[in-house]
Amino acid sequence: MARPMTMTEKIFAAHAGLDEVSPGQLIRARLDLVLGNDITAPPAIKEFEQMSDKVFDKDKIALIPDHFAPNKDIKSAEMAKSMREFAKKHEITHYFEVGRMGIEHVLLPEQGLVAPGEVIIGADSHTCTYGAVGAFATGVGSTDMACAMATGETWFKVPASIKVELIGKLNKWVSGKDVILKLIGMIGVDGARYQSLEFAGEGVAALSMADRLTIANMAIEAGAKNGIFPVDAVTERYLAGRVTRKYTPVTADPEAEYVRTVVINLSQLTPVVALPHLPENVRPVNELEPTPIHQAVIGSCTNGRIEDLAQAAALLNGRRVHDDVRAIIIPGSQEVYLEAVKLGYVEIFINAGAVVSTPTCGPCLGGHMGILAKGERAVATTNRNFRGRMGHVDSEVYLASPAVAAASAVLGRVAGPEEVI
Amino acid sequence: MQFSGKVWRYGNNVDTDVIIPARYLNTANMQELAAHAMEDIDPTFAAKVRQGDIIVAGKNFGCGSSREHAPGALKAAGIACVVAESFARIFYRNAINIGLPLIELGDGDINIKAGDTLAVDLDGGTAENLATGEKFTIPALPGFIQDIAQAGGLVSYTRQVLAAKEGDYE
Repeated sequence: MARPMTMTEKIFAAHAGLDEVSPGQLIRARLDLVLGNDITAPPAIKEFEQMSDKVFDKDKIALIPDHFAPNKDIKSAEMAKSMREFAKKHEITHYFEVGRMGIEHVLLPEQGLVAPGEVIIGADSHTCTYGAVGAFATGVGSTDMACAMATGETWFKVPASIKVELIGKLNKWVSGKDVILKLIGMIGVDGARYQSLEFAGEGVAALSMADRLTIANMAIEAGAKNGIFPVDAVTERYLAGRVTRKYTPVTADPEAEYVRTVVINLSQLTPVVALPHLPENVRPVNELEPTPIHQAVIGSCTNGRIEDLAQAAALLNGRRVHDDVRAIIIPGSQEVYLEAVKLGYVEIFINAGAVVSTPTCGPCLGGHMGILAKGERAVATTNRNFRGRMGHVDSEVYLASPAVAAASAVLGRVAGPEEVI
Repeated sequence: MQFSGKVWRYGNNVDTDVIIPARYLNTANMQELAAHAMEDIDPTFAAKVRQGDIIVAGKNFGCGSSREHAPGALKAAGIACVVAESFARIFYRNAINIGLPLIELGDGDINIKAGDTLAVDLDGGTAENLATGEKFTIPALPGFIQDIAQAGGLVSYTRQVLAAKEGDYE
């Protein structure tokens, strides 16, 4: 009988061909998907070409130009081109051209490319998003990506796990973003360093897949290797019609070992923001001093899904973006964009005086489509508020949910949705 | 491997956005990126850093993005190794993969100041602050992480793995 294991340990054991694994153990694991983008894939391709002339499996690599795409300048165009040519040469099945692409972590779950029990690495730190569907997924660098494209395997140190027990149910205008910011505020930006965050408890069942994707997405902001959710009816409903291949969900053993348990009562959460310049600087919105803003960004791999845009549309419907604010709304994929058009959200946004962009990571990392000047402040549904993240080194980013970002856009200062409704 | 270098000292949670801001990532040329390394927290770094210098920092060095450009830019700027209380995991992995030595000393204030000279003996597992005479033990890398480091990084290591596999199949 194998030792009782967490979800992450079980997935690792299965992918390393072992009966059991323990925290700290070094393993080589087989990979179900290897991901790269227009910033990280080009250096990976150069290194790959020093090692091999053949990818391990053309169906198990995803290449997505999303960070600086549509190309923001000549140098980014050259990088996107090198990835495109590589995809063509190796007949990569899951290359998504501009017009079909989305922000990678919105796109891959939507396209059914990640499934329960799978192991996914991506040369992007927010690859941990896919833990929402019960997969093990983590971010790596370009060299790891290169070697993985050649071998279909990589090395891992099996992480210890923290159990995050969710109880209760979210109130109106409180969402997954508030849950993960609350958790990061509790344990800090290195509170889960080298560890896995395993979400559990009766509160999980009432969380939408969009909420779970947002929560798992920011596991890295607590330093975690991955964040992972149990597979339940909500997951199965989301996967139906998206994932057609066979997959093997895992469940944590009741006696599995956790280094600690953190309990969050969802019923008690209120909208929060993370103040500059760390995601752990979390405060309830209604406790802030009046804080004027210059820009609101709604989108990103954290909050670029249709449920996120629905929250923003509900608050912007019939209202106007404040005169001093640029509101920038970025659907996370073409599918999200089209749905937002069909549901009338895009019309609401335009009538409110917001701009609606094609899918891109753009402003989140200070790339393009909304860079901040010196002394400017943004409320953003993105995931990092480090110094200089969205532009000038003396600009500021307040991280928040789509509801808080939309309310702030209307009032011209950091504000909760209740102040608008 | 033995070397000594002048210390650049930073605090906790030095993130990859300040090690190399994303606004410069429209190139993966590490020499070009080195000219902007650390500029958002230390505008003097790129101009004054010398080949063989050493960065010493607090907790969670390299947190944030997975960009390998971060350890890559530091290495290209001449940094011989990074010493910290702890490292964010992707940075840790990336640095080993590209052959930038890291020394993780564990929680607790590290008594090394900017401008001190640190002598490092990676094979012997010791380091000494020549300014104070204080000695530090360098924890050994576990298992095949050591093999990766000794191969000079993951690309050379993987070449060995691939060559061994071909042998298996033929």
